Amino acid sequence: MNSELQYFFELVFSGITKGSIYALIALGYTMVYGIIELINFAHGEIYMIGAFTGLIVAGLLGIFGFPLLGVLAIAVICAIIWCAAYGYTIEKVAYRPLRNAPRLSPLISAIGMSIFLQNYVQLAQTSDFLPFPQLIPDFEFLDSIAYIVSSTDVVIIVLSAVVMTALHCFIKYTNMGKAMRATAQNRKMAMLLGIDADSIISVTFVIGSALAAIGGVLIASRMGSIDAYIGFLAGMKAFTAAVLGGIGSIPGAMFGGLVLGCCENLAAGYISSDYADVFAFLILVLILTFRPSGIFGRAPVQKV
Amino acid sequence: MQILKKAILTGIWFAVLTFPIMVVKVDHIEGKMVWRWENAGYIAIGAALLSLVWRYLLERKAMRRRQEELAIREPSLWNKILRDPKLIRTGLLILLLLMLILPALSSTYHINIIATALIYVVLALGLNIAVGLSGQLVLGYAAFYAVGAYAYGLANHYLGIGFWAMLPVGGIIAALAGILLGLPVLRLRGDYLAIVTLGFGEITRLIIQNWSSLTRGPGGISGIAKPGFFNFSMADVAVSSVYIYYITLALAILTIFVVDRLKHSRVGRAWQALREDEIASEAMGVDTMRTKLSAFALSSMWAGFAGVLMATKTTFINPNSFTFMESALILSMVVLGGMGSIWGVVLGAVAIILLPEYLRAFSEYRMLIFGAIMVAMMVFRPQGLIPPQFRRYEIPDYLKKKSAGTPEGAKEGN
Amino acid sequence: MHPVLQASGLSMVFGGLRAVNSVDLCVRDGEIVALIGPNGAGKTTFFNCITGIYTPTEGQIRLCRPKTHGGGNDSGTVLNGFRPSRITKLGMARTFQNIRLFPNMTVLENVMIGMHCRTRAGILGALFRPPSVRAEEKLVIEKSYSYLEAVGLQSLYSERARNLPYGDQRRLEIARALAAEPFMLLLDEPAAGMNPQETIALQELIRTLRSQYNLTVLLIEHDMGLVMSLSDRIYVMEYGTKIAEGTPMEIGHNPRVIKAYLGEDFNA
Repeated sequence: MNSELQYFFELVFSGITKGSIYALIALGYTMVYGIIELINFAHGEIYMIGAFTGLIVAGLLGIFGFPLLGVLAIAVICAIIWCAAYGYTIEKVAYRPLRNAPRLSPLISAIGMSIFLQNYVQLAQTSDFLPFPQLIPDFEFLDSIAYIVSSTDVVIIVLSAVVMTALHCFIKYTNMGKAMRATAQNRKMAMLLGIDADSIISVTFVIGSALAAIGGVLIASRMGSIDAYIGFLAGMKAFTAAVLGGIGSIPGAMFGGLVLGCCENLAAGYISSDYADVFAFLILVLILTFRPSGIFGRAPVQKV
Repeated sequence: MQILKKAILTGIWFAVLTFPIMVVKVDHIEGKMVWRWENAGYIAIGAALLSLVWRYLLERKAMRRRQEELAIREPSLWNKILRDPKLIRTGLLILLLLMLILPALSSTYHINIIATALIYVVLALGLNIAVGLSGQLVLGYAAFYAVGAYAYGLANHYLGIGFWAMLPVGGIIAALAGILLGLPVLRLRGDYLAIVTLGFGEITRLIIQNWSSLTRGPGGISGIAKPGFFNFSMADVAVSSVYIYYITLALAILTIFVVDRLKHSRVGRAWQALREDEIASEAMGVDTMRTKLSAFALSSMWAGFAGVLMATKTTFINPNSFTFMESALILSMVVLGGMGSIWGVVLGAVAIILLPEYLRAFSEYRMLIFGAIMVAMMVFRPQGLIPPQFRRYEIPDYLKKKSAGTPEGAKEGN
Repeated sequence: MHPVLQASGLSMVFGGLRAVNSVDLCVRDGEIVALIGPNGAGKTTFFNCITGIYTPTEGQIRLCRPKTHGGGNDSGTVLNGFRPSRITKLGMARTFQNIRLFPNMTVLENVMIGMHCRTRAGILGALFRPPSVRAEEKLVIEKSYSYLEAVGLQSLYSERARNLPYGDQRRLEIARALAAEPFMLLLDEPAAGMNPQETIALQELIRTLRSQYNLTVLLIEHDMGLVMSLSDRIYVMEYGTKIAEGTPMEIGHNPRVIKAYLGEDFNA
């Protein structure tokens, strides 16, 4: 394979890896927006807390000399549990009292929550970068393709795909999933039919946060270091992914994540890496301005 | 008893929730874990107490709302003071006099801090035009601030243009940037607009940071000229601080005056109608596009003024002064003070700048506390510290007499 | 008489749904015309089309200023594609079915917003307040107050709009629409949620306003008592199409209308 092509594939595969993480986080934005029309600004911080929880758990387990795969599994599970609890608590404290408030109130509350969480982690831990251990083992059978896609990337892509398929089945086939879709369509009607909207909203936050936790641990393990501020940028990019695919749409979020990851990587690889983040924000601004319903979403009819 | 049990459970919940972050600390230099068990205790007790306060406040809010519906609520002492125009006028006059003689009473250090607070007063009042009066949530306000600061910084660095020439120009450039951003995004709904402005803010900062050949990148521009006084330049630091203090004071007073006049004008009413209901105001004949654009332009113009002023005051600017956190900080001033309320926003800006300065112990926790305040304000007091007052229009007596002559039934709509 | 508002072949399609299907309608100078029909018949969508909130998919809307309001002999303006604010400025104002006041502004300020399109003061005027702006502001206050008097809300002028009782909010919407100095007034279910006495009072109010301000009125209403006694002519819509038009008498005896309202099995 010539080196030009190899470079291209490298960029695409690492783009897909990044993109699957964006997609995992984007799902949380899109599910929450679908149900209560709130841009959950604090969602990026949940992802950051997931990465920190993973780091702390891995550090503790490392002392006992667990095998690598075991450490990864336990770190991911702990991150999921704690992030889900954070998601649940945040919704209850900062958003639930504002259910009937003007539209901008919960958004401002969410921004406040995001600032609070970021500073809470920074004060309780550190404002410096922390090295993150390589939790994802190298698989020997992947050596043959290692020159274009690393073993870590394969694990991340496969794991995200599995998780997202599971989510899709959950939404589509379980009663809880049906109740969620019903609430997203028409909360009042769903409540009249005996669906407890408050608990559905809680479940949405819990699931979204759990997905962000998985994303947090996986990407931290790939990047090799984390700090208290990673949530903001990752959150913005994931939100871009959600908007790109059409906010409120679950397959849209997955697709948007992949497209964004690849675009960003190709732009950084072929144009300039200094401006990689600028490209992501530019996509966000352009999509919101010219096609706010996203690639898959349909333009909403303004109710008068 | 039930309440106590709930509080204890809340305490335990938060202790468990914050366990990994609060109790365990990763010490990567030594490569070990530090255990801080005492933190779990603090969190548990703190959360339990806070949950009691939280519940009490929520109940009080619900009760007040019921009372308001029944219209049996007496205005509180605070509100009574706010509604007494004589008291306010006297208070403001005393405050103004104090501000004018302040440099004689206090050291350069304090003067500088107050001047910073005044710059933020200008910024917060500018943002208040967009957010508080017209209801357009702008999350990238720091970008316009940066435009003003860099306009002066670059013009001074490369062309040697002075402060007084650049003050209006910086404002106009920022206003143009506001229009440039405003034009394509006018049709967007509130929260989408918020995100677009956030994206715009980040793009602006990243471009400033990366376009090193022009902006000198992350290192920033230093040695920006202080304002001159007619053809004299100010060499003495103390004198120039006082001079800048008076300039900021003048600009802050001008801003208050302008925003107040605008608020109680045809344009200001249209802004407020836009905030209340966009479709209704469009249907009532308000050109919402133009109205939004004017709010955007004026709001960013004030950020431009403040930016020029900041650049001349600190003589050094770099991209790190214009992050999203800066925008959030200015927004929290507006929210804390009371969206749409001029004196509320002034109070919010002064409180948020001065409190951490004078409570050094808390300065580390500054952003943490702001975040918490933003949430708490939205939950308990969304109208802010000083809610906007309603203009009581004077109805001339001859009009009233005429209506008094009509039969009582007219009031029932017959 | 001179036609003031004319819609021809008006259709509005949302995705696959034809909410309004080729409706023709004509309102002449000084008439009160009612648009009735079961829920979901497309009446409010029709209103939203002619006031510019939606852009109709097909058809044409024409608005013509009557002579009583200084209009000429021309055939009027085609409104298709105009923004709502421009249509209001041309002389057609409306109220909303689900009240859309400015809740945190005072009653007087709500009406003053209605006069926005009839006044001119800009930003510089607001800053320097020259005599012309001050005079304009005074006129706005006086006129707004007189519109409040017209609907009987003058004593509440300094209340916040959201604190008004329901019926008063509906009347405030009418006052706000009047302040835009229209010749054509559109009322979307003005009597909704009112008790019988209030409805009768409203009926009188609409009549009075018509003669006081030389208005032409088009209203959507479900209260048949009000529609029958107030309107000169009635249009009936069902499933997006017009099924009948005529005087109240004719409509009351139209078998298709009776069927639409009361169902197949009802024998009149």
